[in-house]
Parts: sequence; structure tokens; C-alpha cells
Amino acid sequence: MNRYLRYSIPLIVFAVIAAFLFKGLGMNPREIPSPLIGKSVPEFALPTVESPDTIVKTSDLQGKVYLLNVWATWCVSCRAEHETLVQLSRSGKVDIVGLNWKDERDKAQVWLRQLGDPYSINIFDKKGRTAIDLGVYGAPETFLVDSKGIIHYKHAGPMTMQLFNETLLPLIEDLKPKG
Amino acid sequence: MRLFVLIFTLLFAPPAVQAATLADYSFDEPGKAEDFRDIIEEMRCLVCQNESLAGSNAELAIDLRNEIYEMMKSGQEKEDIINFMVARYGDFVLYSPPLKPTTYPIWFGPLIVFLVGGVVLFRILKRKSVARETELSAEEEQRLNRLLNQSNDHRDADQ
Repeated sequence: MNRYLRYSIPLIVFAVIAAFLFKGLGMNPREIPSPLIGKSVPEFALPTVESPDTIVKTSDLQGKVYLLNVWATWCVSCRAEHETLVQLSRSGKVDIVGLNWKDERDKAQVWLRQLGDPYSINIFDKKGRTAIDLGVYGAPETFLVDSKGIIHYKHAGPMTMQLFNETLLPLIEDLKPKG
Repeated sequence: MRLFVLIFTLLFAPPAVQAATLADYSFDEPGKAEDFRDIIEEMRCLVCQNESLAGSNAELAIDLRNEIYEMMKSGQEKEDIINFMVARYGDFVLYSPPLKPTTYPIWFGPLIVFLVGGVVLFRILKRKSVARETELSAEEEQRLNRLLNQSNDHRDADQ
């Protein structure tokens, strides 16, 4: 074997390991790939934040492309992203459905009155059972769902205008019926 | 010495938190409690990722423990529960990744590195021992004798 080649083997091995470790530095351990991409929104029947008597079912949400946003009043990052959601809702670019997660109904209502209500429907998941079916492990989380109820994208962490414009908007345009 | 004993005891003491949280779950059937503990120790808490569901006090971990407990109470098997969790949270929820093509590097990588290292080491050692045992050629033998005689002559001359 060529002598120079042989002596360069440790260097190559080092470079490969270093490359992997460097890649790892830039990755977010909180970003867990969701097995629900490509699957349907799980079946549920829950009341809304506004009223315990209004029951919303999975099938009620079909027929439109929407963002499913998991939020709670105890979640600090949800407050941080709330302004973005209100702006998105006003822009009319997408419909936003809320999933209020393990929260108090009166606190959630006060929050919406004070900060604005970007949600077309706001589901009240007091026990967090539907959130478990959605694989939610923190708030906020946002799912992109098509008109047939299939999940296409999941973001864990606060929604930003940049994320919406660069990643979600192109996906939404693709999912909307052509014509 | 006393300090050493204390540290040693603490090192092997079972985590107290864990014992406290698991006391809330009781099963009538024998063996079920052990199954339950095995399952929640094999699952990662998604909120505090370095803790198992058994060890974590995060609210989601408590909810998931309750959920798994209810599933076991209703007679579901360990496999059903693992499938339930993986369908929602992905393989990430399992501490030991399942064997499938995307995880082959994790399972077999170390073995391959070990084997390659072993082959390389074996070859290096073999080459060294061969070099040491090589017999002298006729020419080298002559040169050796000449050198030995030479030095003997010198010594004789010195005396």
C-alpha cells in the first residue's frame, strides 16, 4: 500500500468523525420526527373553549386546509407566538384551529379576550388525551392538515412569520384545490 | 473511610423519587406490576429526554404512565402498549431502537468497527512476528561472521 495513503488513514477517520459531530452540533434534540405525518388527525369528540356544550368532532374539521395549533395559557412560548397567529389569521392565508391543552377554561377565555382570538374553532382538551393521540410532547406545536384530514407537517416550538412564509405557505399552496 | 461507605451506599441506592411515583400503581394479578415497571423504564420521557417515563415527574410523563396503567388494567399486552406509544411518538420514545434497515448502522456499526480493527491489528502483529523470525540469507550470514571475527580480533589485539 502506498505509504502516504496509509499514514493519511487516521486523518480521514478523524475527519469523518468530526463531520458527524459537527452536524450533530447544529441539530435540535427537541425536534422529534413525528410518525403522524401522512396519517389522519386522530378521532376525537371534545367541547370547545367557548362552551362545554358544543362538541367538535374530527369530521367537523374536514373540507379545508388548516393549521392545528396546540396551546395553553401556562405555556410561555405560546404567548410569544400568539401575535404571529393573530396576524396569520387576519391575513386570511390559512385557517387556524386551536387545541387548548390541559388548561383552565376561564383562563383560556381571558387570554383570547385580551390577546385576540386567531382560531376559527378552539378545541378544549382538558385531560390531554387527544394531545397524546397527536403525539404532542410540548406546547406550542403546530400541525398542517389538508382538507381530507391528513397531517402533512409538524412544527414543535413557536410559529414565526419566517417559518410560515418559507416552509408552510408553499405546502399550503400545494394542498389547496387547483383551479 | 466513613465517607467512602456513604458515597458507595448512595451510588447503589435505588432512586427514591422513582419508588414514590410507582407506589400509586397497584395490580391484582401477579407479575403485572413488574411488566408495568419494565415498560415505563424502557420508554423515554419526551419532555426531559434523559429520563425514562418511570423516573420523570413531568406532567406528560405522569399522563402517559396513567394511560399505560389503564391499558394494562384493561388487559392489553406489552406489545400493544409499545405499538400505541410508537404510533404517536415514533421510535424515539423507545430507549433501545428497533432492528430495521435505518437502524442497522447503530446496531452493527460497533461490531464492524471492532472486526475491522481486529483484522488490522492481527495483520500488523503478524507482519512484525514474521519479520523477527526471518532467517538470515547466506550473504548476511557471511557478513555476520565477518563482523563477529573482526570484533574478536580487535579484542585480542587490545589485550
